Amino acid sequence: MFVLDTITHRLKRGCETMSFPDGPPPALPDRHGGTLKVDATLCADGCTACVPVCPTEAVTRPCGKPVSLDLGRCIFCAACVGACPTRAITQTGDHRAAVRRRDDLVLGAPGAEEARLADALDTKLRRLFGRSLRLRQVSAGGCAACEADTNVLGTIGWDLSRFGIQFVASPRHADGLLITGPVTNNMEIALRKTYDAVPGPKIVIAVGACAIAGGPFVGHPEVRNGADALLPVDLYIPGCPPHPLTILDGLLRLLDRLEKK
Amino acid sequence: MSAPFALLSNASSLPWEEVPRLPVDGFVKATAEELGRNARLCSLFAMPDGTGTCLVAVLAFDADNTLAVGRSAAFSGGYPSLTARHPQAHLFEREIREQHGLVPEGHPWLKPVRKGGGGAPLNGEFFRVDGSEIHEVAVGPVHAGIIEPGHFRFQCAGEEVLHLEIALGYQHRGVEEALGDGPHRATRCQMETVSGDATTAHATAYATVLESLAGTEAPLRAQWLRAVALELERLANHTGDMGALAGDVAFLPTASACGKIRGDFLNLTAMICGNRFGRGLVVPGGCGHDLEPGRTARLRDGLAAALADVEQAGAWFWDAASVRARFEGTGTVFPAQAAEIGMVGPAARASGLVRDVRYDHPSGWFRFAQLPVAVWPSGDVFARARVRSLEIQRSGEFLLEQLASPADGPVREDLPEPAPDTLAVALVEGWRGEVCHVAVTGGSGRFRRYKITDPSFHNWTGLALALRGTAISDFPICNKSFNLSYCGFDL
Repeated sequence: MFVLDTITHRLKRGCETMSFPDGPPPALPDRHGGTLKVDATLCADGCTACVPVCPTEAVTRPCGKPVSLDLGRCIFCAACVGACPTRAITQTGDHRAAVRRRDDLVLGAPGAEEARLADALDTKLRRLFGRSLRLRQVSAGGCAACEADTNVLGTIGWDLSRFGIQFVASPRHADGLLITGPVTNNMEIALRKTYDAVPGPKIVIAVGACAIAGGPFVGHPEVRNGADALLPVDLYIPGCPPHPLTILDGLLRLLDRLEKK
Repeated sequence: MSAPFALLSNASSLPWEEVPRLPVDGFVKATAEELGRNARLCSLFAMPDGTGTCLVAVLAFDADNTLAVGRSAAFSGGYPSLTARHPQAHLFEREIREQHGLVPEGHPWLKPVRKGGGGAPLNGEFFRVDGSEIHEVAVGPVHAGIIEPGHFRFQCAGEEVLHLEIALGYQHRGVEEALGDGPHRATRCQMETVSGDATTAHATAYATVLESLAGTEAPLRAQWLRAVALELERLANHTGDMGALAGDVAFLPTASACGKIRGDFLNLTAMICGNRFGRGLVVPGGCGHDLEPGRTARLRDGLAAALADVEQAGAWFWDAASVRARFEGTGTVFPAQAAEIGMVGPAARASGLVRDVRYDHPSGWFRFAQLPVAVWPSGDVFARARVRSLEIQRSGEFLLEQLASPADGPVREDLPEPAPDTLAVALVEGWRGEVCHVAVTGGSGRFRRYKITDPSFHNWTGLALALRGTAISDFPICNKSFNLSYCGFDL
């Protein structure tokens, strides 16, 4: 009997895949807060309240200069938001945070209040990967959270394969790497070999604070403080871990699969 | 002669001077005797002491709900190995040799744990089976799925695995090394990422250690909320594992459903603290967020719906003879083996061992609210899936009950400074099993030594044993039935 039961239940549940990106994105949890924004003009003179509360030293304010927040290092604990007396650092509620260049994650300078969101790949690469992108995931010291929230994109709710994006078992079948973790010394050889095994042209995506800058482990002698110490990175997706929606947004942005608004 | 061990309960502390000290030979002998009397080795580590190094052992007497701690006098060079008599010490002794250069004399397989000659952990001899029909299979460190790295070396006769050796260390980030003279600014978020899918378990152990060093405990409401978060973490991960096991035997309805339901449980955690993995929820002194009544009601509704879904998805899978047939008798760890190597958590309970920190050494909210321990005797993949299934039901019932009767009061209080020259122990039953944190402070109240033992440290050997005599094609399903942490082991 169970086969019939299973099919009936399955039919009753219907399609469980979200309508995004055709429809609106699913709501972030209300306490998530989204990404951060820095308006350094609001900083009080000489105020450094946000600096010592940051666990990863992502916030700095050198003497006489405006405050600077590096979203690549940030684990989005929002301690700086709570510490700021003038609301110079605020949460935007926006899930979008992926960028193409490392510098685009550094906030605070005039005109750089928010992350400069990623542009699409160039025409040639878009023609190659735009409708079919195969990625090999490498965890290089990742704690299993970035891995889990990347994996979740393959479940029925997100259904990443509807965009032609898939994770493959071999680097030989891949168009690029998606790297998590701060890149431990002990994973350096394996990461290099995996990268070398991917046929060109190829792309590299760094997911999470660890893979971008070392995250909570920045500065440890056992880690390399992120993927770009070894490899050229084409897309940085910040977070600890980034929400699946943030990762999906980054991938679709890279492939130019989001409707221009 | 005074007793070789001081007794203490979980989540408590003891002045370092009151931890009994024996010459190392006597210490090893006394430890071996207690292990022979059904004690369990929670942790064994070394730390610099004066001009030498001393060993510290934390034992658990599960039936007596008591922990015991003892140490050796400072020494250097070698000591008689405990492993020859009690295999559950084997990785601890290898780790001590790697970290401090102390040699356990008579250890049968003294390889590095995380490091190797040239920096990569693979630089070591693997145990080899010889014979013209024997072949060797090497897998990893980079695996086929989205999963952490580790290396598996199989010795096979045809399809049959005669021996599996697991070489880890690829994930080594230097967590313990960074804790010297701590806590530091980044310490709490490093604790949350020791094993990122067990954030609540490790964060709770860390907070409990700091609280007992300060001679206090978290407010009741925080203890209640930590218990809620811990069980949500268990639900999410067990559900994910059920889905992964279903996927590995090509039973797709449960695989697809559980993948989504796991996300539903993670989203319930995010409802409490904004992060799907519970980051920022458990902080020393209490909790970083509160659960106001409206939010509690929404959480309860969401939980009831997700529990109904997972019950349904589980029923499909248990009803299918094809699934049961694939699980039964696959990857068996016999109860005697599990006890000998000191397994913990659902994997131990699936080999018939009744051990669960929430029941044996309750601390925090589990002193006031209990869950029945889920045990299954057969030790195979079936048993490990079954125990998870039972724990999903029981954690679900526990949560519905607890959410209906929250504790009152504040959720966070200021934490006094940690006491100097004190040892504190905290055990937490995470979803993989016993998370053990031990701290020893120095004269300034900062950490002299902080030792983390993830349940995976006890259980990886269980996976290696499960594979013996099994077809190599059953490795994925055996591996998923344990689902151990690489980074929690590698630290």
